[in-house]
Amino acid sequence: MAQPSPSGERHDGPAPALAVELRGLKKTYHGDVVAVDGVDIETGEGEYLVLLGPSGCGKTTLLRTIAGLEEATEGEVLIGGNVVNGLPPRARQVAMVFQSYALYPHKSVLQNIAFPLKAEKMSKDERERKAGWAAELLGIERLLSRKPRQLSGGERQRVALARALVREPSVFLLDEPLSNLDAKLRALARDELKQFQERVGTTTIYVTHDQAEAMGLGDRIAVMYEGKVRQIGPPREVYEDPADTFVATFLGAPPMNLVRRGDHLVGFRPENLLPAELVSGNGDRVTASLDIARIEYLSGDRHIYGTLTGIGEETRVIARLPATITTPLEDGDKRDFAIHERDLRFFDAESGKQTAAQPARA
Amino acid sequence: MNTVAEPRATPPQGRAKLADREGVLAPLFLLPAVLYIIALVGIPLLLALAFAFSDVTVGDPSFDWVGFRNFDAIFDDPVFWRSLRNTVVFTVISMALTIVLAKALAMILIADFRFKWVVRFLVLLPWTTPIALAAVAWLWMLDSVYSPIDWVLRSIGLSESNVYWLGKDTLAMASVIAVHTWRIVPLAAVIILAGLISIPNDIKDAADIDGAGFWRKLFEITLPLTLPVIAVATLFGAVLTFTDMSVVYILTRGGPENATQVLPSYAFLKGIGSGDLAQGAAIALFLFPLLLAAAVAILRSVKKMETF
Repeated sequence: MAQPSPSGERHDGPAPALAVELRGLKKTYHGDVVAVDGVDIETGEGEYLVLLGPSGCGKTTLLRTIAGLEEATEGEVLIGGNVVNGLPPRARQVAMVFQSYALYPHKSVLQNIAFPLKAEKMSKDERERKAGWAAELLGIERLLSRKPRQLSGGERQRVALARALVREPSVFLLDEPLSNLDAKLRALARDELKQFQERVGTTTIYVTHDQAEAMGLGDRIAVMYEGKVRQIGPPREVYEDPADTFVATFLGAPPMNLVRRGDHLVGFRPENLLPAELVSGNGDRVTASLDIARIEYLSGDRHIYGTLTGIGEETRVIARLPATITTPLEDGDKRDFAIHERDLRFFDAESGKQTAAQPARA
Repeated sequence: MNTVAEPRATPPQGRAKLADREGVLAPLFLLPAVLYIIALVGIPLLLALAFAFSDVTVGDPSFDWVGFRNFDAIFDDPVFWRSLRNTVVFTVISMALTIVLAKALAMILIADFRFKWVVRFLVLLPWTTPIALAAVAWLWMLDSVYSPIDWVLRSIGLSESNVYWLGKDTLAMASVIAVHTWRIVPLAAVIILAGLISIPNDIKDAADIDGAGFWRKLFEITLPLTLPVIAVATLFGAVLTFTDMSVVYILTRGGPENATQVLPSYAFLKGIGSGDLAQGAAIALFLFPLLLAAAVAILRSVKKMETF
């Protein structure tokens, strides 16, 4: 399998094949409701791209436009280098897994998986052989004769995946495939989904509103808000170096703290705000005083809610102390906390966009 | 200012009113329907059963048991057999037409287009028109001299003379079937439309993604998924058709020469027209086992729908 170019940098030599490319994609409904507002995305062959955003941000519409279930109002969709605007879904070589799995309730698991092959007019023997192969890959051979209503949520999800896989599509489109599973099963299914994609190596575009899924699965994450892609990059980059205040506060639980200073906002992650004595170095750290209002104890970590003074305007912030830090802290304490300068991010207060580093002190 | 809520000093009070007592309400609300069914369905049904084994006529309403004499008489009556056959033909053909047309109509109605509501309104119109008015209008449409249908056929050269829609055996039956189908299609279309709407959009989208074309989607996805609803629509339609005599009665009175006579119209003709209530009741009783079978089939389809 060719290594994808997740960061999207230009390589020397021939450009790597692009599985899906979106150029200036726009989708409006009834002429005035803008669902997708000028999106440019390129995915490399075999890449796992996650579209992440709150509900209503246009991520599902974007996915449906790639699938051909919606027609783009403006811009182009390219699959395997060919413009597919105007082509029906069946001509696009894409497979999709729906949030509800959309299994055909009157067909058995085998018939469900073999249905796309039937539409390709494959012979019955060949269909069943192939459906059996897909079922084996997902470990659902023993369910083949059951009806969807006799399956658990996790089993349904595998059947939906097998049905998507069986045609050997050039792209998998997954629309929140884990959101119908309970929390415990979800973590397990996430792991299986990742292993599955690594095994088959098919380019995957995955839509979710769950940042843990996005961070865990994606080679790259495209963070969407109000129809636009706010940032696209590897999970670590998107988390540590958010392009704007939306990305900064959408990712991370608790989200990035933002403190206003003049016409800028200073941002830092809760885990980087630590008691001053634990932050080494003098010249390259910023200290401030935290007035502790409340402490939450969450599975080992301590979340400290308080008011921070000394960096900019007085602001309510959250600090997250990992279990390994045992410094005794009480409600009502006023303590010195510090942040490494390398962990500070700066945003323009007006536009919200990240800007170059600002002088540490006003 | 004290914003803390004071604990409520008064204990819970008041008592359950009539509207809170389901044990009383349930029978109370059911009572009118039960009375209605007993008075207008139960008693007439028992009366019909009793009359069928009697010699009651309009002129002599005294009840005398006569055993199976009425049944012997109608079995010897060729018009009865003709009516029975006509009823089956009338029901089967109009139901077959209704289902195909209603399914097509439902698919048009579910599509999204401008002025959809106008089309939906027009489609439902035949169902909302009182049957007597509609049938009289059709009577004029099919008139042997003034029929506008004939006029159109003549002026485009498809017919030389008048067609006599209601005057020839096969044409009369075809006309009755056509008018009845016209009347019942909207109802069936709306029932099937409800079935189509209940198919989740994801499933239709999945079929698109899976490469199914129009016919494959129709025969492998939408038809199987709406089959229970279609079955209910068919059975309701069949019951309505089987027991209906209004179209036949107004258009042809069963004629010509009993060519369009159906069981309900024949029972009416015998029982009310000729005053032989006993024979009329015996004829009408033949509807009962068939309707019972239809009712059982309806209940089964509904049960099947629940398992999806």
